[in-house]
Amino acid sequence: MVVAVVSPPRALNKEVERVMRLLIIEDDRDAADYLVKAFREVGHVAELATDGEVGLAQALDGQYDVLIVDRMLPKLDGLTVIGTLRSKGIDTPALILSALAQVDDRVKGLRAGGDDYLPKPYSFSELLARIEVLARRRGGREEMVYRVADLELDRLSHQVKRKDEEILLQPREFRLLEYLMKHAGQVVTRTMLLENVWDYHFDPQTNVIDVHISRLRSKIDKGFSQQLLHTVRGAGYMLRDGR
Amino acid sequence: MTALGKLFRTTTFKLTLVYLTVFALFAAFLLGYLAWNARRLVTQQITATVDAEIRGLSDLFQQGGIRQLIFAIDDRGSRPGSSLYLLTTAAGEGVTGNIGSLATGVLDKSGWTETTYQRIDDSVAHRALVRVLLLPGGFRLLVGRDLDERERLYDVVLSAGRWSIALVVVLGMAGGFFVTRRVLRRIDAMTGTTQRIMAGDLSGRLPVGGSNDELDRLASNLNAMLERIEALMHGLKEVTDNIAHDLKTPLTRLRNRAEEALRMGEDESQYRAALERTIEESDGLIRTFNALLMIARAESGQARDGMSEFDAAEIAQGIGELYEPLADDKGLALRVEASVAMPMRGHRELISQALANLVDNAIKYAAPDCATLVPDGRPLNGNQPAIVVRAMSEGGRILLSVADSGPGIPEGDRSRAVERFVRLELSRSRPGSGLGLSLANAVARLHGGELRLEDNQPGLRSVLALPRGLSGIAVSPTGPREGVVIP
Repeated sequence: MVVAVVSPPRALNKEVERVMRLLIIEDDRDAADYLVKAFREVGHVAELATDGEVGLAQALDGQYDVLIVDRMLPKLDGLTVIGTLRSKGIDTPALILSALAQVDDRVKGLRAGGDDYLPKPYSFSELLARIEVLARRRGGREEMVYRVADLELDRLSHQVKRKDEEILLQPREFRLLEYLMKHAGQVVTRTMLLENVWDYHFDPQTNVIDVHISRLRSKIDKGFSQQLLHTVRGAGYMLRDGR
Repeated sequence: MTALGKLFRTTTFKLTLVYLTVFALFAAFLLGYLAWNARRLVTQQITATVDAEIRGLSDLFQQGGIRQLIFAIDDRGSRPGSSLYLLTTAAGEGVTGNIGSLATGVLDKSGWTETTYQRIDDSVAHRALVRVLLLPGGFRLLVGRDLDERERLYDVVLSAGRWSIALVVVLGMAGGFFVTRRVLRRIDAMTGTTQRIMAGDLSGRLPVGGSNDELDRLASNLNAMLERIEALMHGLKEVTDNIAHDLKTPLTRLRNRAEEALRMGEDESQYRAALERTIEESDGLIRTFNALLMIARAESGQARDGMSEFDAAEIAQGIGELYEPLADDKGLALRVEASVAMPMRGHRELISQALANLVDNAIKYAAPDCATLVPDGRPLNGNQPAIVVRAMSEGGRILLSVADSGPGIPEGDRSRAVERFVRLELSRSRPGSGLGLSLANAVARLHGGELRLEDNQPGLRSVLALPRGLSGIAVSPTGPREGVVIP
């Protein structure tokens, strides 16, 4: 199993907003060690379990923010581990890693109680972005109006304003901005956008998302000195109050 | 295993044996019954004759007395082939008759007895069926018939039966042997062919006789299967060759760059740049692998679980909306024509991806050359070339089409264009894995439909023709068909 990395972890979030406690349940030592090291480098706490039984025991004991579970594990497979946790009322967000990478496989993983699904080989930046979103989801950010700097998005009236000036967006652009603002300060990858804004789970050959982003950017950032929608090299995009 | 041993082990031969046994048992029973009946008939005849004689003799005795009776017995008993007669006194002394000696106690029982006796003029003991009658005056009259005739008949019938059964068995065995050998020879020919095929000669076919019997039908079905396997193997080989070619190129590039960076790299920024290019290149490889897996899955029908009902028009609108900004960026106007809802059943995700691939291709190949564009992406002549994504229904089918006005694909190249990794000469220089059309084709076939590449005059129109499949998906292992439909 080869883990592909798109970007060196250090180049991602130089400042970790909040330290996460992660449990990685993965039997491939090389891949697991790499993950533990990479997560520690960006400032998170990562622990490792190399089989399903140990992983389940640790997940039951410890307080973790997110679980990263490989699908095929010795002793107890990943889906069973998650299923057992859920049946015991433990709802720690879990991300499933799988080498199977089939469309229907993702559905199975999510049905078993997983919160997200990432096929191997994945890039660390993609994994990190998804983990951060999962950890944040727990806190819940469901307010009616999202605000980032002077940008404001009203989820009820579908109004978007920058410096009190209304910006007209297409419905899809609105949903794109809504997702970016919901995860403001977090890296959002192209795949995450395609999955959550368009509900497509395939990999388009050309990067169609970039064009949508640049259109959105021209609507919300053009003419303002302060850029809000940033491109994170090798990872994706981030909407934040650029200091 | 000897040839004979092999023959005896065949199903045909075993069946023959079973039939033969049943038939022989039945014949034996029939012949036995026949013999037994014949014997009974003869016995009946004998008793009737003896009864008649006794009646005659007893009448004679009543009319003419003992003297007349003795006279009659002497007369009848001396005729050749006569019955057996014996007249005794009450004390058992013989008065007259043609019997020399008799088993003891026969005369004491009136009625029918089977016994041994000797004629007066003969010293050999015979079997006879006799009846004793008590006459007035204490005389006992014995009349009987020799049983030799009956036994002879019985023996003849029995031995005839034995011979005919032996003949039945021998002929049956021989017949079974020949039939079995004939069947075995054909089976052996098939086995030989399959062994040759297993050894690697995929072009081998089973021999088909002209009789259209069950073996012929089996052989032609197996041949059809072999045909399909050969086609698949051929496809597989082609893919392997293509993979070797198309994956080795980026792998070589990747390796070269890493090597170059090691050799020439002087500062961190150069290393970083080299690493970034390496990652980009491996992402491309992963993408290609994913596409290959996806195609393989669609072709093997594994994705059939994920079928659901959805609106095809909505798919066209969704994909159109996803690609519209990209098309616009490239100086193309993307239009979606899908106003009416078109419910169908299929794999929504895969169909979306197939359509996305077709749109992607259209944008890639129909985009006007950069030279004719002004910086803001508008063509100089102000007339923007268009891509039309259309969903329409035609009979029981849903047609999802993407039409462009690019260079199109020459008719002769169309069926080749969907093969994996094939990028026609014109497109070699453009980015892409060469798997987009293959995937679209595999998805169409998964749904029992087809991918058609048509002339848009000018340009290319790619059409995903899919059965609505609302009452269960009809999935057929489609072979090559006429026209530009893809095998």
